[in-house]
Formats: sequence, C-alpha cells, structure tokens
Amino acid sequence: MASDTTITAGAIAASVKPGEGVWGFSRAQLIALGVLVVFLAVAPFVLYPVFLMKLLCFALFACAFNLLIGYVGLLSFGHAAYFGMGGYLAGHAAKVWGLSPELAIIIGGATAALLGAVAGWIAIRRQGIYFAMITLALAQMVYFFCVQAPFTGGEDGIQAIPRGRLFGVLPLDRDMNMYWMVVAVFLGGFLLIHRIIHSPYGQVLKSIRENEPRATSLGYRTDDYKLLAFILSATLAGVAGATKSLVFGIATLTDVHWAMSGEVVLMTLVGGLGTVFGPLVGAAVIVTMQNYLAEMGAWVTVIQGVIFVACVLAFRRGVVGEIASLLKVKL
Amino acid sequence: MDDIFGIPAPLLFGQLLLGLINGAFYAMLSLGLAVIFGLLNIVNMAHGAQFMMGAFAAWMLLAWLGIGYWWALLIAPIIVAITGIILEKLFISRLYKLDHLYGLLLTFGLALIIEGVFRNEFGSSGLPYRIPTELSGAWDLGFMFMPVYRGWVVIAALALCLATWVIIEKTRLGAYLRAATENAALVQAFGVNVPRMVTLTYGFGVALAAIGGVLAAPIYSVNPQMGSNLIIVVFAVVVIGGMGSILGAILTGFALGVVEGLTKVFWPEASATVIFVIMAIVLLARPAGLFGRA
Repeated sequence: MASDTTITAGAIAASVKPGEGVWGFSRAQLIALGVLVVFLAVAPFVLYPVFLMKLLCFALFACAFNLLIGYVGLLSFGHAAYFGMGGYLAGHAAKVWGLSPELAIIIGGATAALLGAVAGWIAIRRQGIYFAMITLALAQMVYFFCVQAPFTGGEDGIQAIPRGRLFGVLPLDRDMNMYWMVVAVFLGGFLLIHRIIHSPYGQVLKSIRENEPRATSLGYRTDDYKLLAFILSATLAGVAGATKSLVFGIATLTDVHWAMSGEVVLMTLVGGLGTVFGPLVGAAVIVTMQNYLAEMGAWVTVIQGVIFVACVLAFRRGVVGEIASLLKVKL
Repeated sequence: MDDIFGIPAPLLFGQLLLGLINGAFYAMLSLGLAVIFGLLNIVNMAHGAQFMMGAFAAWMLLAWLGIGYWWALLIAPIIVAITGIILEKLFISRLYKLDHLYGLLLTFGLALIIEGVFRNEFGSSGLPYRIPTELSGAWDLGFMFMPVYRGWVVIAALALCLATWVIIEKTRLGAYLRAATENAALVQAFGVNVPRMVTLTYGFGVALAAIGGVLAAPIYSVNPQMGSNLIIVVFAVVVIGGMGSILGAILTGFALGVVEGLTKVFWPEASATVIFVIMAIVLLARPAGLFGRA
C-alpha cells in the first residue's frame, strides 16, 4: 500500500508477526519497557517528583487517547471532557465526601466511563472528520456544564483537594509516596492498554481501522467494538485526570477546555500515533516544553501550533515512530 | 406591552433578533466550511481564526489607515483570503493525498498559531469597533426597537448566502466546482485547472469567514478568541445540517440561531448547550444530518 495514506502508518510499517517476543511484547519493546522501569525508579531522586507525576498523568492520558486513534483509527477531539470530569469527580469525592484516594480515582474513572459510554454511543454513528467534530461538540457541552454546575466551583475550580491516605493507611502528602502511587497507576494503565491491543479483541479493532466494511462483512459488530474501545479510552483518560487532580490538589476548567483536547492530540502526534511508547515520549516532550516556556505566555500556543504543522507536514510518524522505522523494530 | 406565553414581547423579540444574528454567522461560517470541505475534503479548523482575522483586519484598516467600514467590508476579506491562499499553497495542498484527519490537525495547528500571534499582539481584552454612522440608530417597529446595524447584518448575511448559492448552483463556474467535487480527475481531464480551482475555492471560503468577521466587529468586541468558541458551535451546526447541501447549511444555521435565542428566553441556563443537544438528537434519529447524504 502507499507509504502513509492512513493516519497510523508508523504502526503498520513496523508491525511484527504474532507469537514473537514475550507477553505480546517484541524484544525491542521489552528493552524499552526495562529502560522505562529503571527510569521511573531512578528519576524521583534526580528530578522534581511533582513534575514527574504531572508528566505521568499526561502520559497515561495520551496513551488512552492513542488507544482510539492509533488502534481503531478514531480521532476524538474531545478527550478533555473525560480527563477533566474524572478530575472534578475525584476531587469532589476526596474533598466533600472524604473518600480515600484510591476510591476517588475509581469514582473519577467510573464517571468518565459513563460519560464516554453516552458520548461514544452518539459519536460512533459517524466516521472520520465527522467523528472528530461530534466529539469536539459534545466535549464543549460538557465544558459549559462544568462552567454552570455548582459542584465544580465555576472559574475557581475545586481547590484544596486532600491527597488523603492510600487505603486509609499510607499518607500521600509526602511527594515520594504519592509518586509511587502515580507510577503504579500509570504502569497499570499502560500495561492494560498493551494487553488490550494484543488481545483478540485488539486484533478486531485493528481490522476495523484498516477496513471497516470488511470487518463488518466478516461478521463483527464493529459498532460494539468501537463503543467498547471508546469507553475504555475515556475511562483511562478519567483515571489520568483523577490522579492529576489529587497530585495538584486542584481541578479546574482548564482540564475540560478544548485546548486540552488539542494538547493530548499534539502529545500523541509528536510521540507517534499507533506506537506503544509514543504517547509517553510525546507527553514528556510537551510537558517539559510547557515547563520551560511557562513565562512566555501566549507564545506557547504559537509554538504548539508550529509543532502541529511541522509534525503533520514532515514528521507524521512522530519521535518513536521514526526511531522504530530507523531500527526496523516495533516500539 | 403584551405578553406572549408569559414573556414580555420586547424581550422575546429582542432575543429572537439576537438569535437571527447569531444564526447569520452560523450560516455564513458553515457555508464556508461546506464549500471548502466539498472540494478539498478538509475540515478547516482555522475557519474561526480566519473569522477573527476578518474582524481584526477591519479594525486595523480603521485604526491604522483610517479606512472606514464600507471599504473594510471589501478589502478585509480580500486580505484574509490572500493569506488563506498562501496557506493553501504552502501547507494544505501537500495533504490532499493523505487521510482527511491530517488536514484537520494541520488547520488546527494553523489556528493555534494565528490566535497566539494575535493574542501576543493585541492582548485578550478586546478592541472596540464603532458602528458606521449610516447604520447607527434604531427603527421603531411598533412592537420593539430594532437597531439598524443588527437588521443590516441579518440582511447582508442572507444576501451573501443566497449569492453563494446562486454562484454554485446556477453558474458555469459553480457547475465546474460541483463536477470537481464529484470527480476531480475527470474534470481535470476536460482541461479545467483543478488545482487552481481548489486554491481559489479555499480563498473564497476563507473570504466568507472574513466578511462574517467584519460584520461581527461592531457587535462583538474584536478579540483573538472571538472565533474559536463560535467555530465549535458551527461544527455542531454542520453535523446537524450535513455538508451535502448549500441551502441546507444556510437554513440550518439561521434556524439554530433562532432556537438558541428562544432558549435564552425560556430556559437561559440551557442556551449554551441547546445546539449540542439538538446535534445529539439528530445523530440518533438521522445520522447523516438533516440535509446530508449518507
């Protein structure tokens, strides 16, 4: 087929035969995973833990988004809704209901799952660009809801969310404890996504991405598969948002705004659509960039726009996709 | 003054007029999107930014060069269309062979750049633009006062939309355009310069957005964000109407504006979301949109 006419060319070009590697991981992926685990273990002693936690929350968010765009070929332009609502509900549960952090995160994820079920049920009726526009419009609706609803605190957001004690025992006020919990949440989500895309269910998702009418003609109810993928993706985005609101103790309108939906698209695009490690690398690049350029105000938007344009025109495989194709491995 | 359904008539008609004005902008913007999508197969995410550029171009012409509203109505869209044509030539034209989603991502990036640059240059507070003297004042319609400028916006938008419909449906140029939308390769084989037509079509769609911006400048304050919130509603309008029909896009735009205005009267809290709710209902009942082809 033509080199990169579909949106996830990197993934197709570097796909490996099933059965190779361990637990669905290719050898290159196992090495990369090892590097990642070592990095996560060493990093908090070298870098600022709160920065790392922010990075991991966005990385999980981008991985969740990539599950849809990379493996089902659905571009959701409204993922901020699930990220932000997950954050709001987790914050509300921890602060007002006084629940422990693990329950708050579960509630955040469950809210996002419910929201994703409704939005996905509506949006999967159309494909391609219409799907993108519908998800964007539905997310804007969620945004307006959050502006008006009393429990979100409007412009102020939910502030002073307590981190609480994990399982009622381990105090998370200490950054290092919180860090290990965030690492656990991230790795859990990351491995779950990996498991999903390498399961028989994931194979059907990929066949829908490649040729939906054909998958239908083979007897798969493609809408059911797409809806489940949408719900899974929304849930993990909600978990990421919930974790982030616990880390920073605040949930605001920024996280449900369409600009956040754009940011997660950018992270995934920079890292490499349809690669397992791409969203993580993309999130690291964008979060680091925002950290260093925070004083530049609106120029950050301009720079993000330039990266968007550059990626689409010249760099469609993203960082990880380029490395993978250079080394001829799957990452 | 009489009440209608327990609502004071001036309030009702006032909101109805506001709804018509919003509808005028929805119609013009969704029309431009539909024209561009028809030929380029690209959702122009920069459409809101180009609407904003139109308003700013009018403001700059007045503030820096002393050129008034009427000339701005002609010059501003031309300037913005030229920038659009440059963008098409430099960037967008490279994507026609790729997945449509790349076009969406690229124009989204362009929108971020344009908005960011304007925000750096002009801040986000908004700049005032005076209503031209010929159009200031208000008519007394008996049941309400109607500001002349608002009436003008509705009439001008309607005229522009109908002119676009005539060009596309009734002229030879429009026939080429429709033919190229169906099968570009075949039209090219008949000796029509399709790439140039594509470029000019993009310019035309962008010019429509920019005229909308000039019309909007005296009503809303001229600020860098004025386009981005509007364009998301316009996307919902496009999904509701379907992009297949020009008249459908115009009709849907005005109708949804009116519905939004009425919602503001009867249930103000829902006015920001009503169009999105309608979109969801339409998708459940008629996934291809009211005027769309599946």
